[in-house]
Amino acid sequence: MPKPSPIPDDVNKPFWDACNERRLIIQTCAQCNRMQYPPEKTCTACGCATMTWREVKGMGRVHGYCVMYDSRVKLLQERQPFNIAVIELDENPEIKFFSHLPGTPPDEVPVGATVRLEFEQTYNGQLVPEWRVAE
Amino acid sequence: MPTKDAPASMYRTQEGTGLWEHRGKVAVAGIGQAPTMRRWDGVDLSKSVGALSITAVQQALDDAGISRDDVDGVVTCPLGMGDVWAPRPYFAPPYDSEDGLTSLSADWLVKNMALRNVKYTAHGQSCINTALVAGIEAVGAGLTHTCIVLRGTGNLEGRYHQMDEKTFSGRNAFNGVWGWQLIPQIAFGFSQYCRKYNTNHDRMAPFILNQRRNGLLNPDGYHFNHKREVLTVEDYLAARWVCKPMSLLDCDIPIQTAGAFLITTAERARHMKQKPVYILNHCSQRGVVRSSCETLDETEQFTDHIARMCYEGSGLGAKDIDIFNPYDGFTLFFQYFLEGFQWRNVKRGEAHDFYASDISVEGPNPLSSSGGNCGNGRTRWWGQRDCIQQLRGQAGYRQVRTRHETAIAGAYTAGYSDWVVYSTHPD
Ligand SMILES: [Zn+2]
Repeated sequence: MPKPSPIPDDVNKPFWDACNERRLIIQTCAQCNRMQYPPEKTCTACGCATMTWREVKGMGRVHGYCVMYDSRVKLLQERQPFNIAVIELDENPEIKFFSHLPGTPPDEVPVGATVRLEFEQTYNGQLVPEWRVAE
Repeated sequence: MPTKDAPASMYRTQEGTGLWEHRGKVAVAGIGQAPTMRRWDGVDLSKSVGALSITAVQQALDDAGISRDDVDGVVTCPLGMGDVWAPRPYFAPPYDSEDGLTSLSADWLVKNMALRNVKYTAHGQSCINTALVAGIEAVGAGLTHTCIVLRGTGNLEGRYHQMDEKTFSGRNAFNGVWGWQLIPQIAFGFSQYCRKYNTNHDRMAPFILNQRRNGLLNPDGYHFNHKREVLTVEDYLAARWVCKPMSLLDCDIPIQTAGAFLITTAERARHMKQKPVYILNHCSQRGVVRSSCETLDETEQFTDHIARMCYEGSGLGAKDIDIFNPYDGFTLFFQYFLEGFQWRNVKRGEAHDFYASDISVEGPNPLSSSGGNCGNGRTRWWGQRDCIQQLRGQAGYRQVRTRHETAIAGAYTAGYSDWVVYSTHPD
């Protein structure tokens, strides 16, 4: 079963559109240059309302994980058990993504390992970021 | 005009403000607890959230030895804990909403208990603890002098929070696509905790068993009345994974019941039936995370912050706290509170060693003497209730043998919680 899909809104449409072009962009404050993810209307650090987008290269590290056996999200229940890893971004480890870690068996997650960005199609065709442990 | 949420200004969320300005001038004078049951059949109106709430409130009034005409304030946590029941066929009029069935507004209580002298009502969303601190602040600020704080927990047939969504919008899109919710957050956090402090899930067992044991010493609780089973280590280790490393026995069981607290001024409490339990402070955590999840560092910062606020506003320190009842549903976040408050001098990373020592109510370190929500069913008020009972000397089988003059309880998560500091003395 494919993943559920995001519905883009005014704030995050550039992010999801970039995903469809297989690019990962992170919201960055025009004033204090701080990266922010998930995207918000304004910078949560300085309050600046001018937010820009910065493309990142798509490398990260496994920060930690858990293994889901009983998800509330029905669309994901067929995958159980599945990993949910927290990925920290190379450019700024404070920025955290979630990942099902395609290619990594449940509960065999190498914490600290390098991961590489890929994109996965959700049920309606939207691409979303995923991460795979680098060889 | 329908009741509104208590404003954000009633919640004390900042450090550096010194002693709480109403410290010792507010007290608990009554407590009430309706019978517990696993579920409501949706039909028997004597067991609706409304009916159980009236039972709990009447008990709290009787406990304090006052009448409903003495009450001039009501603060409720209006939503039940389960999913919203609607849409469904309603009973015949006047049942045209969930109010009084699976949820409970302050207005419903005022009307249905004929509380004719009520001049202040407010709601505290999500958690009884949120309503409780709002009620305490309202009494401190003189908005009400005799205030009922109440929640009913509705639990109908079926599973909570099952999500049919194929799409997620707004910030939820950045979680829901991967199935990230509170449960993975807590499981992930505990996994990080184990990695950081070189411990493991099995070492939770003594705490889990002790919670159930304390629950079985509580005649008001769900397990005492309906599931009188002692847990073994083997039971705990064999429990199915919900989200590894969280198993089913790390979760509190949803139940149908209601609980009430009667908050009044210290002055009035002295003329009521029970020995007053004074409130030295209340405070709230409203944490904001940096990115998509709460990291262990953030969790520890949040719980350090809560503890410092509790201590600062009450004028007490870790060594002064006799009774300690943080929320345990999920059990896997309990250690953050224990270590943040440094109760019995437990420091970061030491909770599991402490669990392996004597934490029974008979021993020197009666941790979570309430049995919590894993021991009694999910209400989030067992801790508050136990603090009051212990300080009164009315905790029955659970009465601690150690000093019981001060107490702290609170819920819900590290990032969002509300806390009360109690004392047998106003100063
Ligand atoms: Zn900024």
